[in-house]
Amino acid sequence: MPLSTEERRRLEEKAHELRSLSVDTVVWAGSGHIGGAMSAMDILTILYHKYLRIDPRDPEMPGRDRFILSKGHIGVGYAPVLADLGYFDRELLKEYNHTGSPLGMHLDAKKVPGVEVSTGSLGHGLAIGLGLALGARLRGESFKTYVLLGDGECDEGSVWEAAMAASHFKVTNLVTIVDRNRCMIDGPTEEVMALEPFADKWRAFGFETITCDGHDFDALANALDRALAATDRPVVIIADTVKGCGIDFIAGDYRWHYGGFDAEKTAKAKESLARYREARLAGGAVGAAGAKGASK
Amino acid sequence: MSGMTFTMLDAAKMSTAEIYGRTLCELGEAHPDIVGLSADLAKSTKIGMFGERFPERFFNVGIAEQNMFGMAAGLAKAGLTPYVSTFAVFTSMRALEQVHTDICYQNLNVKMIATHAGLSFGQAGTTHHCTEDIAIMRAMANMTVVVPADGIETAHAVRAAYARKGPVYIRINRGFDQVVYEHPDYGFELGKAVTMSEGTDLTIIACGATVWRAIEAAKVLDKVDGLKVRVLNMHTVKPLDAEAIEKAVRETRRIITVEDHTVIGGLGSAVAEVAAGTGKSFSFKRLGVPDCFSIIGLHEDLLAHYGIDENGIAAAAREMMGKDFEPDESWDDEV
Repeated sequence: MPLSTEERRRLEEKAHELRSLSVDTVVWAGSGHIGGAMSAMDILTILYHKYLRIDPRDPEMPGRDRFILSKGHIGVGYAPVLADLGYFDRELLKEYNHTGSPLGMHLDAKKVPGVEVSTGSLGHGLAIGLGLALGARLRGESFKTYVLLGDGECDEGSVWEAAMAASHFKVTNLVTIVDRNRCMIDGPTEEVMALEPFADKWRAFGFETITCDGHDFDALANALDRALAATDRPVVIIADTVKGCGIDFIAGDYRWHYGGFDAEKTAKAKESLARYREARLAGGAVGAAGAKGASK
Repeated sequence: MSGMTFTMLDAAKMSTAEIYGRTLCELGEAHPDIVGLSADLAKSTKIGMFGERFPERFFNVGIAEQNMFGMAAGLAKAGLTPYVSTFAVFTSMRALEQVHTDICYQNLNVKMIATHAGLSFGQAGTTHHCTEDIAIMRAMANMTVVVPADGIETAHAVRAAYARKGPVYIRINRGFDQVVYEHPDYGFELGKAVTMSEGTDLTIIACGATVWRAIEAAKVLDKVDGLKVRVLNMHTVKPLDAEAIEKAVRETRRIITVEDHTVIGGLGSAVAEVAAGTGKSFSFKRLGVPDCFSIIGLHEDLLAHYGIDENGIAAAAREMMGKDFEPDESWDDEV
């Protein structure tokens, strides 16, 4: 169902709030994977504020939907989403990365309420999600499993082993989303290790492939609705995104995979996010193109 | 043995993996939460017996071990109890990071029954030998590591693995094992060594295929040399029965470990770690595959080649008995 104006606005405001809290978390943590956190934030926002059937007061609620952050390095983006929902005290974000803190660069399912699976090593999430989906099917449970992959992560052979099996087992209660921000640590994905023709690869592995703008809530909602209606084969949503989305001086720059902000950069980042919010609310900066050009 | 529907005579006619397959079918009957996974080795590992009995609860993932162990983690997260079987070399190395990060880190309830371990797939060649897995698996936090001595003990271990929450690695051999246990009710308990023979001259601590050989060596040493040798079946390498080791150090002062595995990091190392902490002086030797890639051949021949058959064990015992050592009176320091 298309988003209502009110719902879209609610998601835009929430995404802005979470981007801002993520920048704060990077500052508290000293540094973090800010680029990928920003590229994935609209996906995380729409999942946690519209699609996932969860109860933050009961993280182990039977029958809850499962979300696996396979690109586990964006803890500085994910932890704010969970804290904001009340899975744990927001104040804990201020101890992010501190010695002895439950919150580290890659979130630990044993330590952080709301985190289903400890990830961080890339290429693991889809197979685990597939196991959860098959387990749900076997036990007659109706929950859905969502897995968010990074695009660079798709260099890992294990992703394709899992894709092959998801298709073979005709899994339709698993929603795979790729944050296609086209950057990895050492450079653009197409320079380091080309992924294209990326959608064709997924299609060849038996997936229904939906490509959408990962910074457009209408497009994401449409893609997720289609994925949830799958009946005969698994679905992957390739969400075109921009690394560092909303922060003009890092947007689209692979070198901002990981980094820290001093006071000046923090202020600049917040200013950029404010401008980006305005532009998105005005409908002028929706989507990947807007993410880079927000400050102009 | 409770729940076992086959006789000792049946067991003697079955390979160790067949006993595993049959035991898993029985367990699967009683526990609908058990699921099976294999990576195109359902037939070889005999988990295929479970797959035939419960096709809807069995997943053959093709030759894709990383996916298999990841899937097993997910199935465990969904409340199921996965038994996963492939060769030991693939369980411990091909997909180790999935075992480490997806299963052990999260302490998930996945049972890994790894077959064709040690030198038991001898003629398949070095790529299919697995002489490092005990060292690798016991380094994983949360992991239980079991090396059964024969088919009956495998049945016990496979059942005990179900009762024990968390990841369990059980290492079994290809083909038939020599029968170590005449009766199934010898009191198998995870983490408790079984005393196969009593003695105070020397202790041989063995696991897996070498247990039967250690017992045979002890018989020869008794008959020919008049030595009273204690043989411990250390079927659980982790958690280790430290008490049995400390007792052996105190009471026999001579310890030989023997395993179908490299001498680095496996049973011998585990025993040494405990024994060294006793504060007692003792004579110690590890028998196993030296630091090398193993040669090709029949399992029996390879065990003989590396001195971990009954002759090799007996020779090592005689050598140890003949060695100069602290005089007995200085050992009289029991606390």
